[in-house]
Amino acid sequence: MNELLKLLENDARLSPETLALMLDKETGDIKKMIEEYEREGVIVGYHTMIDWDKTDREYVTAMIEIKITPQRDRGYDYIAQKIYNYPEVETLYLMSGGFDLAVFIKGRTMREVAFFVAQKLATLEDVVSTATHFVLRKYKDNNVVYGAVPVDERGNEF
Amino acid sequence: MDYERILSRTAQEIKPSGIRKFFDLLGDMKDVIALTVGQPDFVTPWHIRVSAIESLEKGKTYYTSNSGTLELRTEIAAYTARRFGLTYDPKDEIIVTVGGSEAIDIAMRAIVNPSDEVIVPQPSFVCYGPIASLAGGTPVFLETREKDCFKLTPEALRAAITPKTKLLVLPFPNNPTGAIMTAEDLEGIAEILRGTDIMVLSDEIYCELTYGREHVSIASLDGMRERTVIVNGFSKTYAMTGWRMGYTLAPREISKQMLKIHQYAIMCAPTASQFAALEALRNGDEDVAMMRAEYNRRRRYLVGGLRGMGIDCFQPEGAFYVYPNISRFGLSSEEFCQKLLYEGGVAIVPGTAFGDCGEGFARISYAYSVEHIAKALDRIEKFIGTL
Repeated sequence: MNELLKLLENDARLSPETLALMLDKETGDIKKMIEEYEREGVIVGYHTMIDWDKTDREYVTAMIEIKITPQRDRGYDYIAQKIYNYPEVETLYLMSGGFDLAVFIKGRTMREVAFFVAQKLATLEDVVSTATHFVLRKYKDNNVVYGAVPVDERGNEF
Repeated sequence: MDYERILSRTAQEIKPSGIRKFFDLLGDMKDVIALTVGQPDFVTPWHIRVSAIESLEKGKTYYTSNSGTLELRTEIAAYTARRFGLTYDPKDEIIVTVGGSEAIDIAMRAIVNPSDEVIVPQPSFVCYGPIASLAGGTPVFLETREKDCFKLTPEALRAAITPKTKLLVLPFPNNPTGAIMTAEDLEGIAEILRGTDIMVLSDEIYCELTYGREHVSIASLDGMRERTVIVNGFSKTYAMTGWRMGYTLAPREISKQMLKIHQYAIMCAPTASQFAALEALRNGDEDVAMMRAEYNRRRRYLVGGLRGMGIDCFQPEGAFYVYPNISRFGLSSEEFCQKLLYEGGVAIVPGTAFGDCGEGFARISYAYSVEHIAKALDRIEKFIGTL
């Protein structure tokens, strides 16, 4: 039931009771469905979205493009696994187009990120080249616009 | 100056909107959760906003023809045919207005003669009575009842008709009750009106916000098109309240009269808004479906939440309001809503803002996020525990 998944994707805190009312279902059924999704790996986790720019945390985010030549006997999955096993790697996509893998990592400083790329990624034997791009500002993530908190300015006339 | 003696008696006799009056109480109160507004919480979809911006960039800052651009009227005609099976000639049967409110105004002024009676079912949106009075008519309020699912019944209508009756206002899907009229319900009304001189002003501004049943226009029933002015608009359907875009659909003889009033009072609807409306009709179906689905989830959540705490609540099938019966708490609607505001920290609108027959009821809007509604429900539950 994609409607349930979309609602949870948008707000993981919706309780089974609330979801049941919204979707005209029994609370027990909703609980069962969620458990099943979790078991099957359809729902893989729950996170809180944080605007770290509003905290005193010092950090940088980088997107690293990686070009690779996969070996005949081991495809993209093998090299992908070698990369995503680093805890520094937050996100990893296999891409179509001008490069193969997109890696997102967070570090304390640009220097730390650069070292990680140079020492851990560039040295992998299937990797042909890397290009590191630092994120300057996050405007929107997962459908949420970062920055000002919206205020309800609607008139009450009607 | 003795303004009371000098100024228009008709204007002075009109009461200010009851919603407004209640909302003045709120003033600068802090920590109040409001469920009062009658407009979408969605922002107008971006592609619609962009089309207006582009029209400004291209310098389209002129008046359009009085009845709106032919392009927009043609698109309105196509939409009306596609959705409701009704044919109106874009050339002279469609007028683009400044919101649904102006559409109601020009319709009443084009139809009503002095001392004509205008039947206004209540509870309903606040403007029909005052506008009927301004047009020189006499509003005759007709109560719709909870036991009839707040529908207008043929019996009630028949009893309200006099030789002076000129116009029937049909405000469905209804603000504040959320009631709708099915084809069968409408047939009962049409049967009474066929062969009379009574006209119909069908306010269908919420026509896209029905849940489970498609909206039917009374004009699509046999013999009804000729006596009906349909009022519609973009505010609720596309979350475009601030753009002030509405329209009338009516036979050319009626449109001709309405257009003169519109021409002198308004000139034309705002041009940038017309470009936005055009884009909405051409590419907005998915936005409407998305918003309707979201309203529907909130509707179920809010109705379920209220019933869960023992508040009787009519099942609304349209618009974005629920209209719970609060009479069992032994307070008047105003008392209940004031107490809820001051002691419970939640603002809702007393039913009496929508007519005297709203006594015992209140309007709660679900043009708010589920999270917001959830917080309000928590407070309402605590509050009624103290009664």
